[in-house]
Amino acid sequence: MDGTTLKQTPKSGAQREAVIRVRNLTNQFGPQVVHQDLNLDVWRGEVLGIVGGSGTGKSVLLRTIVGLNKPAAGSIEVLGVDVLNGPEQERRRIERRWGVAFQDGALFSSLTVLQNVMAPLREHTGLSESLMCALGSLKISLVGLPQLSCGKLPSELSGGMRKRAALARALALDPEIVFLDEPTAGLDPIGAAAYDELIGELQHALGLTVFMVTHDLDSLYAICDRVAVLAEKRVLVEGPIEEMTKVDHPWVQEYFTGPRARAAQEKGQDR
Amino acid sequence: MIQSDRDANGVYLRVSGDLLTQSLDIVEKAFEGFQTDSGTLTVDLSKVEALDTGGAWLIADVARRAKASGATVHYEGLSPAHSALLETVAENISDDRVAEVEHRSFTDWVASVGERTAQAGKDLLSLLEFLGLTLHRLVRTFLMPWRLRKAALVSQMEETGFKAIPIVALMGFLIGVVLAFQGATQLKQFGAEIFVVELISISVLRELGILLTAIIVAGRSGSAFTASIGSMKVQEEIDAMRTLGLDPIEVLVIPRVVALLIMLPILGFIADLAALIGGGLMSWIDLGVSPGMFVTRLKENTGIWQFAIGMIKAPFFALVIGVVACWQAMQVKGSAQSVGQRTTASVVQSIFLVIALDALFSIFFSVMEV
Repeated sequence: MDGTTLKQTPKSGAQREAVIRVRNLTNQFGPQVVHQDLNLDVWRGEVLGIVGGSGTGKSVLLRTIVGLNKPAAGSIEVLGVDVLNGPEQERRRIERRWGVAFQDGALFSSLTVLQNVMAPLREHTGLSESLMCALGSLKISLVGLPQLSCGKLPSELSGGMRKRAALARALALDPEIVFLDEPTAGLDPIGAAAYDELIGELQHALGLTVFMVTHDLDSLYAICDRVAVLAEKRVLVEGPIEEMTKVDHPWVQEYFTGPRARAAQEKGQDR
Repeated sequence: MIQSDRDANGVYLRVSGDLLTQSLDIVEKAFEGFQTDSGTLTVDLSKVEALDTGGAWLIADVARRAKASGATVHYEGLSPAHSALLETVAENISDDRVAEVEHRSFTDWVASVGERTAQAGKDLLSLLEFLGLTLHRLVRTFLMPWRLRKAALVSQMEETGFKAIPIVALMGFLIGVVLAFQGATQLKQFGAEIFVVELISISVLRELGILLTAIIVAGRSGSAFTASIGSMKVQEEIDAMRTLGLDPIEVLVIPRVVALLIMLPILGFIADLAALIGGGLMSWIDLGVSPGMFVTRLKENTGIWQFAIGMIKAPFFALVIGVVACWQAMQVKGSAQSVGQRTTASVVQSIFLVIALDALFSIFFSVMEV
């Protein structure tokens, strides 16, 4: 039931710590079953890419883990806390230790970019106004936005800048885990590559664990340590991307050995 | 925790414990109060247990200030992970802090008054332009009725008209009851109870029935128009329509305005009827005016014109509500907050304009002596 787990290549050392542990997850909308007995582990410090065809429930899985969607059955542990049934207080504490960047940014449209990034700080810390400002503009600078954009409203930014601003907001509280929903969708190839590089750099500098839903083969090859393929209502297979081509499943074969995949692979090796 | 001491080699700054964003408020003041001078600054980080970008910012800020005052900065006991983090943060630290607080002086205030006045003038022109545009499309729809979106029209008629019947009828009924009750107390003093029929019929048919219906519809449907079209504007649906060669006025505004033009007179009529029933009932209970007598008196002393005057106003009110609501929706810019502001403005303006228009009608009809 568990899918074929391939040989793991731990990122550092022999001791791996699961920061997210999903067990026997079932998600159902009316008669439509999206996930059935889905199991997934995310290890500390890795970049995990979630791929799958349209409608296989990649975003639903993300939303379920961060508590925006209540599953029909199963258990989810994040940083050792049961996020579905654990005590309210502990779940609140956990929420500050992850950051979520939604597909279109989901920035608060009535606040400026800086105010957006400061919003979580304002809510969860007792810092002085000037320090919050400084940390906000630091995060904005970290994600590669010019300081000029601090005072702009989200509607005045381009799509790519909105995604970066969303990442800055997700990083505001220095979370341990960052969830990204299609971070490079809708970006031009140069912008997407720059964003990949940014995530890689931040992941390295801040020691993040990244849970990334993506369709972008370039991202998978460039920055993902591991890939989990959603199909047939579960995690069909997980492991380093190099091993995906060996999996005997028609969708996985087509996805990872198609012309676009080969091109992405060559590009990934060049880096 | 930070601790500083000075020896022959310069200043030592020892930092220990956790330096994490969520608990920085404890150490923030200590870092801010740390005075830098031009000597050598050695920052000892060997006792730091946890560090994130927030903590790294505080350290980098001290280092930056020290360098600015001419000191040389060394780090001691820096783990490789912390070193990478500190370096990344130091690269991204900006010298000029962003000015969040705007200072507003008296001249700014005067300027903003002027700007608002000019904006109000522009808004009025823009509203008139929109009214003209809508009337043009309305006439064209009248000449070419096959261009009317029938499905949209029917669904709008259901939303704005049919579903408003209960609230409008209840409102009318209660107005009738209140008028009869209040009128009776006053008229009893003169022994002129029977005039309560004229009091109710003339005030309701001529003024109150349609006016209060228009106010309810402005609050109920006007706000819905602004919010729904305004959200479409935010989602760029209006722009999408234009690129597809669809005219937003024809697709969105005309069905709503036509629905109001049809339904507001009907709702007004229902309100009139409910008010007469409520008034009649109250007169019967409170004053002993029997329903038969009420109807006879109504027929004899209240001319058809009283009713007509009320009904004539209905389409004008409908046009005002529809045009103001749709125009406000078209002014929405980019954000959810803007939708909210425009919806509020839409309701306030359409109610105000309906009352102002009613006053104009009142003068007009009294000059015409009807």
